[in-house]
Amino acid sequence: MLRAAPAITILVLLAPVLFGLSATLLPAFGYLPVLGGTGFSLAPFEQLLALPGLLRSSLLSLFAGLVTTLVSVIVVGGFVASWSHTRVFRSLQHLLSPLLSVPHAAAAFGLAFLLAPSGWLMRVVSPELTGFTRPPDWLIVNDPVGITMMAGLVAKELPFLFLVTLAALPQAAPRGKTAIAASLGYGRIAGFLHTVWPQLYPQIRLAVFAVLAYATSVVDVAIILGPTQPAPLSARLVQMMNDPDLSLRFMASAGAVLQLAITLGALAIWLLLERLGGGALSRLAATGWRFGADQAARLLFAGLVVVSAMAIFAGLFVLALWSVAGNWQFPDALPESLTLRTWERQLSMLGRPVLVTLLVGLLSTLVALVLAVACLEREARTGNTGGNRALLFLYAPLLVPQIAFVFGLQLFFLASGLNAGFVALAMVHLVFVLPYVFLSLSDPWRALDVRYLKVARSLGVAPNHIFWRIKLPILLRPLLAAAAVGFAVSVSLYLPTLLIGAGRWPTLATEAVALSSGGDRRIIGVYAFVQLVLPGLGFALATLVPAILHARRRDMSGAS
Amino acid sequence: MRLRTTAFVSLLAILAATAPSAAVDLSNWKAVEDAARGQTVYFNAWGGAQNINDYIAWAGGILQERHGVTVVHVKLEDTASAVAKVVAEKAAGKIEGGSIDMIWINGENFASMKRQQLLLSPGWADKLPNWQYVDHESKPTITVDFTVPVEGLESPWGMAKMVFFHDTARGLEMPDSFSGLVDWAKKHPGRFTYPSPPDFIGSSFLKQALSETVADPSVLLLPVNEANFSQVTEPFFAKLDELHPNLWRAGRTFPKNKEALRQLLSDNEIDIALAFSPAEASNAIANGELPDTVRSFVFSGGTLGNTHFLTVPFNATAKEGALLLANFLASPEAQLRKQDPKIWGDPTVLSMEKLAAPERAAFEALDLGVATLKPGELGATLNEPHATWMSRIEEEWVRRYGVAN
Amino acid sequence: MSSQPSGLVLDHVVIRIGERPLVSLSANIAPGEVLAVMGASGSGKSTLLAFVGGFLEPAFAASGSVHLDGRDITSLPAHERRVGLMFQDALLFPHMSVGGNLVFALRKSAGTNRRELAEKALAEAGLEGFFERDPATLSGGQKARAALMRVLLSQPRALLLDEPFSKLDVALKQQIRSFVFGEARIRGLPVLMVTHDPDDANAAGGAVVELGAQ
Repeated sequence: MLRAAPAITILVLLAPVLFGLSATLLPAFGYLPVLGGTGFSLAPFEQLLALPGLLRSSLLSLFAGLVTTLVSVIVVGGFVASWSHTRVFRSLQHLLSPLLSVPHAAAAFGLAFLLAPSGWLMRVVSPELTGFTRPPDWLIVNDPVGITMMAGLVAKELPFLFLVTLAALPQAAPRGKTAIAASLGYGRIAGFLHTVWPQLYPQIRLAVFAVLAYATSVVDVAIILGPTQPAPLSARLVQMMNDPDLSLRFMASAGAVLQLAITLGALAIWLLLERLGGGALSRLAATGWRFGADQAARLLFAGLVVVSAMAIFAGLFVLALWSVAGNWQFPDALPESLTLRTWERQLSMLGRPVLVTLLVGLLSTLVALVLAVACLEREARTGNTGGNRALLFLYAPLLVPQIAFVFGLQLFFLASGLNAGFVALAMVHLVFVLPYVFLSLSDPWRALDVRYLKVARSLGVAPNHIFWRIKLPILLRPLLAAAAVGFAVSVSLYLPTLLIGAGRWPTLATEAVALSSGGDRRIIGVYAFVQLVLPGLGFALATLVPAILHARRRDMSGAS
Repeated sequence: MRLRTTAFVSLLAILAATAPSAAVDLSNWKAVEDAARGQTVYFNAWGGAQNINDYIAWAGGILQERHGVTVVHVKLEDTASAVAKVVAEKAAGKIEGGSIDMIWINGENFASMKRQQLLLSPGWADKLPNWQYVDHESKPTITVDFTVPVEGLESPWGMAKMVFFHDTARGLEMPDSFSGLVDWAKKHPGRFTYPSPPDFIGSSFLKQALSETVADPSVLLLPVNEANFSQVTEPFFAKLDELHPNLWRAGRTFPKNKEALRQLLSDNEIDIALAFSPAEASNAIANGELPDTVRSFVFSGGTLGNTHFLTVPFNATAKEGALLLANFLASPEAQLRKQDPKIWGDPTVLSMEKLAAPERAAFEALDLGVATLKPGELGATLNEPHATWMSRIEEEWVRRYGVAN
Repeated sequence: MSSQPSGLVLDHVVIRIGERPLVSLSANIAPGEVLAVMGASGSGKSTLLAFVGGFLEPAFAASGSVHLDGRDITSLPAHERRVGLMFQDALLFPHMSVGGNLVFALRKSAGTNRRELAEKALAEAGLEGFFERDPATLSGGQKARAALMRVLLSQPRALLLDEPFSKLDVALKQQIRSFVFGEARIRGLPVLMVTHDPDDANAAGGAVVELGAQ
């Protein structure tokens, strides 16, 4: 088992991606016998290119991906440069970390409820400050160039990128370097940029690519906040993929291939930007640019982080409020009355999605945990980490647009006549859960003091026994934390659930996004809130269980 | 799934042989009642709403009590699956003893079953005792279901009708026709919108507009004709072009469905919303989603409407029981309960004039909700255009308005 | 192999990293005696301990053999060598109580009442009543004594000490040193200690080998 673990893990990660990609590619060129496509042709592409507004949809996706990634990287880099090793940094770290577990859809709903012309922000200042007694006809949410969508994506990607950067930071040994730079008269930002960033960036690069791939192909956030006339490519593709008219599947495949090309194009542009940025940075260093008076810039970065985090928190609060709101007219800042009726009415409907969400999340997380632990244990016993190649395998499902390979998997189930069962759904979730579980677990696992294990061996205890009695208990906290991360990923997974579950396995994520089209804020509030509570419970358990089990063990209460 | 089912249905239909159906003598209703006693009626009906399921259970209880007929509600997700089952039974030569006795149906599913001779014939619905109360004179959708003549092959059960609603507290004049609406929007830019097709309500709004702008409404009853499509729809698109710049967000984005539309009305982002159920606004008020100053209205020239029906497959096992159930569901008693917004809230298929005084009084005493129009206020009903029109209109709509500037 | 004397015998042990020889040593440590191995960091002291203890990293290649009480343990897995290991940190398992640490070390065949044995060992180390205590609440000296009792309960035939006293303050160092060496002498355990502190070597009162000097 242990010996096979790395191979199984790679298979679990790569097989669906590669298989799904090829299953997308064939119908894109007209081949899918079960739907009558027996020969190869370019007809699906011709049909696709004839769609009104296709170019605009494609450019929206490309542009949104690049802007989201660029802004996220600049804000995270600027913030870490400005504030690392300060009290501000630590407190904002606590502000950002919980946001990682907020599902994209829930965050997007919250923002929509906050920012719309009839949204909460406008209600708070109206009519006193604005004079508006009815909302202005401003196109904010669903704006045609996708600014709101990009803002939402940035707000949601910041915590992810920030935590990845935080994990990589110690390896770039920032403290001594920035101190030396400061002693030479460099401001915090310039000093960090010149001395730490060049080593830090390569460490977070794959995560940045993952953000780029995600943002170019995002579906749920695009449906909720994105343009509609036309929508970004990915959102339009999902419509075609779920159309009752099965003949549209060919064109949808061609669209998925186009989506893949757009993501690859965005990556190519990003590589170019990296090169330009690197060149500019070294020229800047050569000029001795010190940027000593960087107070304003530092405040700006802190401000951006605070605003984006607070926007999500405020959005979630408004969401919760809507779920218990009675009549709530514009421009009232608070509902006229509070009522539990929406909850009462939805409670019976929530049962199945909650159950499916729990089951899929727990199963995929459990399997991911077993695989990750087996790989890490194998690594510990052989000393072979797999290096960068292993890391690339881990990131593969995050770098290929979901829509490009998950759709292929859907077509496979269609073509094989198999009903996409629960196991298939859990397998697909595993593809996305495993990388996050592995990445969160590997650092603490590798950081465990091996001398504990040597001592235990010298006491005459066999390795397997040590694994269960010493290693797992000491690593209980990071194990549960990794499980909570994996579960949160599964809970928020929208597109793969929609395409593979095919409506037969509704989860909170698919129900919530489906309801977003319904536009009933009270019901959306209920679903988004429950979708938020589940991963929250996961993290709470991950904190509480070790705290209770090791209540009387002081050294187990902190990070081990 | 729809396409695949349809394809499957027609495939089996080709294979199926036309079978004779055992006739029921409707002239002797007493005999029908006697034959029905002890039968079990498998009623295939969409089962997605608890209040409707409860209503069907209530009707089943009455039938058991009065006629010894057991009603089993087979809860469907999609009516097409019941159609497919009948097709399959016919293909398998099962010309009697079928597993379905009654189907809740209208529109395309009815057309398809009628075309394939899957229905109990000759026509029976207009020979049921309670037909005497049915308002087939002023409600044309009772005799023509989505352009297909009913010919007694299905019995009317309830009505749906396009209604508009607005908040009277805002003190605005409301338009009385589609072109009136276009002018209204000029005076109140940004205060009206409709869901983007292919949403059901959005498409229905376009059908309403098409019906009102077309020079000769009779062309809409025939399948779309590519040769005259642009000529027929020219005034329609001219009006839409006029309307769109004055829509909410200048038509650069659209709400996705009627719920989103209702939310916009509630948020005071727009002033007029629409629905296909007269009880919609009252229900929203009851749920605290709209203020109680909201009221419904229709266009005096009529709005789109349709009827849903009950039908009996040719090979039904409990034919007499099914007819008994269909008759009961068209009775003043059952219709009164169906129209009660606390139970269901669908407008009745009966004519108030044909009812006896106490029954009429009961209908009139029904508290439909503050915002629901009385049956007499719902106005004339426009026919649904032939289904092929809608797909062409939707295509053209996306081409013209799907990409905002 | 019966010709080998009792105690810990290192027979022409040579450890290489790649082609470069790092450690080359033959030694004979009698029961109760201490061999102190000294050397600068990077001289291979800890690598030597790892070899004897059974933890040599794959990057190293070793030749020669290790015998313990006449038994060739060179290729035995670590947990079958009966060689107790102590580091500069006590490394009491943080998720167990002090007593739990000791019970964990007891051999399966160690008798009926495992808790009683652990309590007795704690009392011997002046830690009476510490069974339920959280290791994190112990002082440095208490931890070191508990760690030693833990090793001893596993009934080792030899002890390997890796800079065992370097984290203790001067007064404590003295005390713990004599406690460890005393227990080793009483039980007749050969001790291999690596250290960079000459005082440790002197206190051990045994042979001293200087690595890196060869």
